[in-house]
Parts: sequence; structure tokens; C-alpha cells
Amino acid sequence: MENLTEAEIKKLNEISRELRCTSLRMIHKRQAGHPGGSLSAAEIVAILYFKIMNIDPHNPNWEERDRFLLSKGHASALLYAALAKRGYFPESDLEHWGELDCHLQGHPDRLKTPGVDMNSGILGHGISIGAGIALAAGQKGMNYHVYTLLGDGECQAGLVWEGANTAAKFHLSNLTTIVDHNGVQLDGFVQEVMPIEPLAEKWKAFGWHVIEVNGHDIAQLYKALMEAKQIKDKPTIILACTIKGKGVSFMENKAYWHGVAPNDEQLAQALNELGEEI
Amino acid sequence: MAERSMREAYGEALLAYGEKNERVVVLDADTSSSTLSKKFADKYPQRFYNIGIAEPCMVDVAVGLALGGLVPFANAFSALLALRAIEAIRSNICYARTNVKIVANYAGVSDYKDGPTHHSITDIAIFRALPEMTLIVPADANQAAAFVPLIGEMDGPVTMRISRAGTIPVHKEDESLKVGKGIERRNGTDVTIIACGSMVGRSMRTAELLAEKGIDAGVVDLPTIKPLDADLICKVAARTGAVVTAEEHSIIGGLGSAVAEVLGEKQPTPMQRVGITDTFTRTALDPDSLMDAYGLSIDRIVKSVEDVLKEKE
Repeated sequence: MENLTEAEIKKLNEISRELRCTSLRMIHKRQAGHPGGSLSAAEIVAILYFKIMNIDPHNPNWEERDRFLLSKGHASALLYAALAKRGYFPESDLEHWGELDCHLQGHPDRLKTPGVDMNSGILGHGISIGAGIALAAGQKGMNYHVYTLLGDGECQAGLVWEGANTAAKFHLSNLTTIVDHNGVQLDGFVQEVMPIEPLAEKWKAFGWHVIEVNGHDIAQLYKALMEAKQIKDKPTIILACTIKGKGVSFMENKAYWHGVAPNDEQLAQALNELGEEI
Repeated sequence: MAERSMREAYGEALLAYGEKNERVVVLDADTSSSTLSKKFADKYPQRFYNIGIAEPCMVDVAVGLALGGLVPFANAFSALLALRAIEAIRSNICYARTNVKIVANYAGVSDYKDGPTHHSITDIAIFRALPEMTLIVPADANQAAAFVPLIGEMDGPVTMRISRAGTIPVHKEDESLKVGKGIERRNGTDVTIIACGSMVGRSMRTAELLAEKGIDAGVVDLPTIKPLDADLICKVAARTGAVVTAEEHSIIGGLGSAVAEVLGEKQPTPMQRVGITDTFTRTALDPDSLMDAYGLSIDRIVKSVEDVLKEKE
């Protein structure tokens, strides 16, 4: 397995930074959205869309493409920012996110937005749907890979574990799940709202290949995602340790910033901290 | 009733359709021996997925298979699909408009042995409220079988609600059948009984009894609850000036409500609804006596016809 070059790592870090800035601008403009969980997953989404996934923005419904399911649909700003940057639609569309006649809905909608593989927003469904798409690859003799991104709070939902059973039963090695393990959910710390640990042991017990990484480290994420492709008899879960609100001091690890939009001043400070020249 | 059961006919039809259409895949939630999706599973194990007792997950896996270009038929008990799995059905089948066929088995009180937890008397109300959903309630075994290729060839969300039991047969094997169209089984001039599912056969028997009493009752078999054949409903209501609906379902939100919505807006007509009167049911030793005990008897339909004729006067 080849490692990423320093130049590639630098490029992906810069894309992650840009996706953070774009997400915050979108949430600020709309005065709605979920900054905390968008900032925590920036590197994960960046490496999938700009390095790992076999996709074609000019042919979003290409049958053999890799799929991405944003099971934690609340981070839609981040997904839309990535899709626009990748060329699925003009970046100027992002300014109209959430407007009545805009294709960018509050949560992802596959019928409206080019590049969105499946609707999400209600939590818990990504693994089960991903398992179905992964099974379809087997039926059709195709080699695509299915990626699904979950929140750690989402792992409180029983359906996640129904999907875990199913993906293991059918040996879905073409399904990789990433948990944005930032430890914070709407009402507070995950371990206080409803403890989910030990997460790694639980996934192992469910028959998954488990990899733990720093979810803000591009090199580690790359290594884990490449390892997942090599595993042949079971699905892989990457527990990506992240910081909710990553990159913005006053948002980091704060449940308050789960679903609150920054005001003008807060946006300026956030962009400044993210190294954006204003 | 010794007639061929609806599930038996469905299981055979699914196998036959799956033989012709290689894109068909079948899922079940540990009920394949009950829904008889097992007939397909035994012949095509590579195209069958048993997801276990996890109906929401089964629906989502079906959604994924549809997104991958296949035509999934997802089978389970109607009560569990309409309640436990409804979030997945609403959001991931209807809202995302994925090409999944839900086959909701053991509908109404046909699982007479297991009682209210397994009886499904609110499912029509739930499924028909969902945007994008097509809802089919076949009248008998032949009709259930005939609908399988029809819904398989449609693009989009469908739920077919079928009974565990046999019903009084009404549908001939070669009879024409269209999604969205009702069937006038018997012409009448005094009153029209509009029925779905197991109540179509009972309504035909009722019409025969009424004829002996000098009442000329028509019977409409309405197997598609959504989209509703409003033109036919208005036509028969205008012709007879009185309507009785009959369904193996709660009178709240089901066929009777759907017909009342149409008539109330387009063709106000005296009507009566035959159905389960907003109550939980019980177990019984056979489905027919259970239906009779909960207001679905032929006598009850006769009484409703007599009542509605008084309103008409």
C-alpha cells in the first residue's frame, strides 16, 4: 500500500480547511444548520471525495461509482460544500441552501441534488441502506465500494446494530462505515446522555473489522481506508476520534454548537482562526 | 374457509414472476415460512435475504438493493411494517422514492390466533397517508397473484396488503386488472357496496341476500386504495344514491374514510361504513367468526345497507 505524499496530505488538509470555512459561511448565511458535526468530519469527507472514492461528477448516477451515505445527515453543509467543490453543481448554489426552490434541502435529498446518493436526516439508517447497496454490487457483479458516515451519538439507535448484524452476516467487505467519534451530541456529552463505550469492542463483537484513528489526521485516515479495501470477509468500521467544532476555539467540544448558527462577529472570528483571509 | 389462501397464491406468483424478472430480489424478516416468500427463497437462495427480526433494517436493506438497480419485494407482517418499520418506509421508500415493493402480510385480523398485537387494523390508514405510496389491497388469492407482476413492473413505492387466510373468491384468473382502477363486480340500482380485501366476497354474498329481499345492490371491488379510483366512486354513487363501504380494517382512516373524502367533496351521498369500530380485537378459533364478532359479518353489511336506504329516502 502506497502512502500519501506530503504534497497530497497538504492538499487534502487545505481542502478540509476550505470545507470548514464554506460550511460555516453557509450556516451563517442561512442562520440554520449544524456547525459542530460539520467541522468534526471535514477531513473524513475531504479524503473520501478528493482521494478515495471512484466517482464522476459529470455522471453522478454512474452505476459503478462508489457510494457515500451521510447517515449523520445533519452535516449536510459539509457534504454540499464538498459536492460543489468537486464539481457536481456550481459553488454559487451553496448561497441558496435551504431556500424553498433550491435543490439543496436542509437534509440531503437524492432526487434534488446531483451527487447525493441517498436521503438522510433521520439517524440510524446508513448502515442498513449501505448493506443493501453493497449486496446489489454482488448481484450485479460490480466492484464499487459503499461508505457511510455515522455520528457517535447515532450509535445509540437500535437500528445501527440491526445493520451491524446484517452487514456481518453477509460478509460485506465492500461496506465501510466511519464513525465521527466526537463525543458530543445535541444534549451534551455522549457518555452522559447515553453511554456507548466500549465502541471498538462492541463492533468487534458484532463481527466487524475495527480500525481506530485520529479523524483529523489525513495520513491515518488514508491508511485506514486503504486497509478497509483489503479486508475480504467482513465489513470495516473506522472509529475516527474527532473534536466537535474542530478548528474554531469557541465551538470545540461544545454541545451548544451542535445546531446553532454563528452571528456576524462569531463567523469573522471563526474564519480568522481557520486562517481565512477576509 | 377452504379456499386457497392469499399468501399461498402470492408465494407462487412471486416465484413465477421472479423466474421471469432476474432483477427481482426478495427479503423477509424471519417470517418466510408464514408469508410464503419461502417458495422463492428455496428456488433462488442467492436472491433471497433473511434479515431476521429486524423489520426497519429489512426495509432499509431493500432500499439499498433498489438503489443498486434491483427490484426488491420486502415481506413481513403488516402490523410490524406499518408500525415498527414505518419510519424507514416513509423516509427511505416514499420520500426518497425508491423502487421497493412492500408486501404486508397477515393483514386485518387474518392472524386470528395471535390477537391484537398481530392484527393489523390501522395499516391502510397509515400507508395511504404517505405521499408517493401506491396501496393495493387484493380481494382474493387470484387477485393477489395477478398483482405481483403488475406492481413489479411499476417504477416506485408500492405496498400490497394481503391476508393470511382464504377469502370468498371473486377474481377470475384471466380477468383484466389495472393498478388504480376499481372493478364493478355487480351492477345495482338501489345502493352500491364498495369493498376491498376479504370484504369483497362477503359483499357479493350480501348482494345476493339483498336481491332476495328486493334490494338491488351493486358491488365495487376497489383493490387500489391509493391512488383511489374517484371517477368510479362518483359514478356509482350518482347512479345508486347510496353507498356502503366494507373493509377488514378500522373504520378510522381506511377505505371508508377514503371514499367519504371523495364523496364529501365531489358527490355528497348518504353512506355507511362497515369496519372494526375503533376497538382492539381479540383472538378466536377461526378468522371468520372473529370477523363476524367485530362488525364485519354479512348480517352487518345487510343492516348498513338498510340503514343507508332509510337515509336515502
